[in-house]
Amino acid sequence: MSAKILIVAEHDGKKLNPSTAKCVTCARTLAGAQVTVAVLAAEAAPVASQAAQLSGVDRVVTVENPANLHALAAVLAPQVVALAAPFDIVLGPSTTFGKDLMARVAGLLEAPQVSDIMAIESAGRFRRPIYAGNAILTVEKAGEGKVVGTVRIASFEAAASGNSAAPIEKSTVSVTLPTHTRFISVSAAKSDRPDLQTAARVVSGGRALGSADGFKILYSLADRMGAAVGASRAAVDAGYAPNEMQVGQTGKIISPELYVAVGISGAIQHLTGIKDARTIVAINKDGEAPIFEVADFGLVGDLFQIIPEIERLIS
Amino acid sequence: MKRILVGIKRVVDYNVRIRVRPDGSGVVTDGVKMSINPFDEIALEEALRIKERGGAEEVVVATVGPADCQQQLRTALAMGADRALHVQADGVLEPLTVARALLQLIEREQPLLVILGKQAIDDDNGQTGQVLAALWNRPQATYASKLELTGETARVTREVDAGLETLEIDLPAVITTDLRLNEPRYVKLPDIMKAKKKPLDTFTLAALGVEPRQQLKLVRFEPPPQRQKGIRVKDAAELVDALKKKGLL
Repeated sequence: MSAKILIVAEHDGKKLNPSTAKCVTCARTLAGAQVTVAVLAAEAAPVASQAAQLSGVDRVVTVENPANLHALAAVLAPQVVALAAPFDIVLGPSTTFGKDLMARVAGLLEAPQVSDIMAIESAGRFRRPIYAGNAILTVEKAGEGKVVGTVRIASFEAAASGNSAAPIEKSTVSVTLPTHTRFISVSAAKSDRPDLQTAARVVSGGRALGSADGFKILYSLADRMGAAVGASRAAVDAGYAPNEMQVGQTGKIISPELYVAVGISGAIQHLTGIKDARTIVAINKDGEAPIFEVADFGLVGDLFQIIPEIERLIS
Repeated sequence: MKRILVGIKRVVDYNVRIRVRPDGSGVVTDGVKMSINPFDEIALEEALRIKERGGAEEVVVATVGPADCQQQLRTALAMGADRALHVQADGVLEPLTVARALLQLIEREQPLLVILGKQAIDDDNGQTGQVLAALWNRPQATYASKLELTGETARVTREVDAGLETLEIDLPAVITTDLRLNEPRYVKLPDIMKAKKKPLDTFTLAALGVEPRQQLKLVRFEPPPQRQKGIRVKDAAELVDALKKKGLL
């Protein structure tokens, strides 16, 4: 019997987040899977039509409610549970949105959750990283019932957006939504740079940049390269870069074509965030830094000389 | 009494290099240093600071796990927790089982706030706080980097992918901590001595009416694939050439 998979879409009310297209690819690795994407929104139409165009999506269901204007896990979870009844597997992306929401869904369902799915081997068998990626664990569902999962988006390519469109169905769920959790604000730095989680190229800085001002040479290089900018935990802790730039076990896990680590020593917790990068470049004044163990190209030297020089060379 | 319940987990220390057992049955833990999960240490620190500011009267620390976990509970008492609760349980403990046990402790303790780490650095599940909030039917604020209590509600700043999000939640609620919420204090020697006299109560899962259920079998542990070691280039020009040849620039 083919598995029925429900994917909870991540979006900002207007645009579907690319993490959802990666969940679709993950779901599609299971032969014969029937893939439904759920769009919970205040107004679902724009996001639903983007989801319907993703290759590999069989059906889109929408739930419209003014309470869904902001993605609050406590508000969304009971609605996801109401939709989940006919499905075998309920997936969301392993982003802060999905991690926050899906475990609450799993709690309401009293179902097991597989976090950070990097491969689906069968309808009940999954592979996932543990210990900051220092071990890979295969788990298998022990009994009947649903499995909830979050998809490690760095492990999957985004499903293509095609011309054909899957049917979109409006759903109404009759559940009482809590009012105990209220959205106040979100402050995000406005940036014209590519999104860190989906960028093809990323330039990342560590504590060796010395200050928020020191990061300017990275922004300049990144803009020249069309790259996103990331940071190590040490750099974020020191206040050189905002939290949303953190790459690593507890920050963002990314898989760009090119990752340039500048002044980053390469703690295990950082390396876990960049393992899936196609090519890693390390620039560091300490030739013994662990980052060189994983780098495809290593350059030992003073980053304050090297970075402007690279920028000059590619101009 | 205004009380904060903090959940902690005993994990392989942050600095230990993890090795997978050759037979694939787990990772090597014999003779390995064990510690309080770093995110849980942040949770405890936050609870202690709230108490020190007068926002709570008592900090109770709890864990679910084998007998050895009492070492970490003693450390938590030395940091400043007033009491410890140990739910003894062996074998694989899934987030749902741990959350059910914590829910029983919540019913006994009636805390104003429950603070947990956002994830344990061993299994990296990141579920227990949310599962607990779901079972308890109360608000959750995960990945907290700032927490302000104002009477019946809390204002929590969360580290999300987009930046910083602020929520207002009614109390009681579950908070899970992110790295930058605070920097935990160091334990002083006299406090370790004092901690030995602080109350530590033990329970069994059965006494709390919780049946441990393993819904996911752990089939196999493997080391991750290793990346090929790369090459050293001598200067920026050689690096740019190499990247251009690969079509990366």
